[in-house]
Amino acid sequence: MTAPVIQARDLGRSFLKGDRYIVALRGFSLTAEPGSFVCVLGRSGCGKSTMLNLMAGLLRPSEGVVEHRGVGVSSPNPAVGYLTQTDTLMPWRDVQRNVEMPLEIRGVARSDRRDRAGRLIDAVGLRGFEKHYPRELSGGMRRRASLARLLVGEPDTLLLDEPFGALDAYLRREMQDLLLSLWTGSGRTVVFVTHDIDEALILSDRVVLLGPLGRIVADVTVDLPRPRDIDDLRGDPRFAELHQELSAALKDAAQ
Amino acid sequence: MTAMPKPDVTWAHGPVEEPANRTWWEKHKTTVMVAGLRLVLLAAALAAWQLMSGPVIDRTLVSSPTAVWHQLVTWSGDGTLWRNTWITVKEVVLGYALGAITGATAGFLIASTRTLGRVLDPFIMGLYSIPKVALAPLFIVWFGIGVEMKVVLAAATVFFLVFINTAHGVREIDPALLDSVRLMGGRRRDLLFKVMLPGSMSGLITGLRVSVPYALIGAVIGELVASNQGLGFLINDSASQFNIAGVFAALIVLSVIAAILNQGLTLLARPASRWKPLEDRE
Repeated sequence: MTAPVIQARDLGRSFLKGDRYIVALRGFSLTAEPGSFVCVLGRSGCGKSTMLNLMAGLLRPSEGVVEHRGVGVSSPNPAVGYLTQTDTLMPWRDVQRNVEMPLEIRGVARSDRRDRAGRLIDAVGLRGFEKHYPRELSGGMRRRASLARLLVGEPDTLLLDEPFGALDAYLRREMQDLLLSLWTGSGRTVVFVTHDIDEALILSDRVVLLGPLGRIVADVTVDLPRPRDIDDLRGDPRFAELHQELSAALKDAAQ
Repeated sequence: MTAMPKPDVTWAHGPVEEPANRTWWEKHKTTVMVAGLRLVLLAAALAAWQLMSGPVIDRTLVSSPTAVWHQLVTWSGDGTLWRNTWITVKEVVLGYALGAITGATAGFLIASTRTLGRVLDPFIMGLYSIPKVALAPLFIVWFGIGVEMKVVLAAATVFFLVFINTAHGVREIDPALLDSVRLMGGRRRDLLFKVMLPGSMSGLITGLRVSVPYALIGAVIGELVASNQGLGFLINDSASQFNIAGVFAALIVLSVIAAILNQGLTLLARPASRWKPLEDRE
């Protein structure tokens, strides 16, 4: 058996507010196997973002540990790529320079940087927009640029926090397709947070359903064949079955 | 359904640009009209001043446009105008540069260190609240009544305006941008120079812009309080001799300097704002 890439054990996190602790996450454990696509599904406020911040090393856990390839994570971990809900492209850099940024910080030489960023800009379909600034791009194009920046540093693990939540339905579909095509065959491990059951089923190998405080309510293997075509998938009886199961569990979790 | 030509990139939709084909007059009509009306207003005001000076109002109190013009010509001829203007311009430029450089550096350093910022904030706001004229007597004791005192007085105002705006710019930076650079493996140096510095640029530019007139105010107030040269001195000296035309002549030179400074800065700030949202651009 291969060692897990990301492992969270008994993770808890609370925030001090005045004289009281606000508990966001308690007793959360999750293991992601190498190369797997795990969706974490849950309603708003169930500690999904806190969980990802802990896994990325942006937050320190109050209890428990996070390990990345067997090593404890205690500071921001550059081996992990993290895509947040909102865009974090630097508004003063054009697309090219934004995508180059992770390489620039790592000290990669300029020409090498340019090539690698150029390849990813191509891969996400932004060729011709290299000189555009984020404000001059549409929401979908900014997501593409963010995705290119995320992948340019070749992280072995991707943490994605409702990355397509702000896009319209059509663009979201396109971005899901793009993400799947970039992930397939890459061997990367993905932890994808969403509140959309359809999205979770379309993308993942496994769906982990969170209840309040990050309690795991269900852990479902998605045995739909790959490569997946989003249009075909919706007509699949197994898809409908899984959808119903998750939908019922999500309702129970709210009780 | 009619067949639509398929665009190259389906998702790159949005507004489309088309040539407007406007003639020169259609394009510049309002600009020309506004400029014309400004000239008419100026001419009317000067004519009214000229006509009322004497018959309606005492000429010794308001002088007249022709008298002011003669005064300007005389001063220009004997070098008084150029000598004093040069002194004031020198004070403004040096005071502005000193205040802007120290203000931007201090604002950036203090705001990028959170705890230091919190400790120093009330002291800085306290100093900022002092009317700068009240500092003039102190500066006279420290620096004498020469150019140095005016430079410091101008710099004192500019410093705070640039400081406050730069610090505000640093604090307004989205913490998510800092986190994203931390996740790229960025160290404190990267956060400072790749996020905080460019991110605070718009605040710095605002500070640099709003403080230009205050550099002039600081210098002229310094000259009015105590001096023997400069445009402020010229105003004071003319008034004490009841030379009202001289007062107006010096005031006109001052407003011309202010207009040139403001125009210059508008041009300077332009290239830095390309990444700003379109509707915020000027």
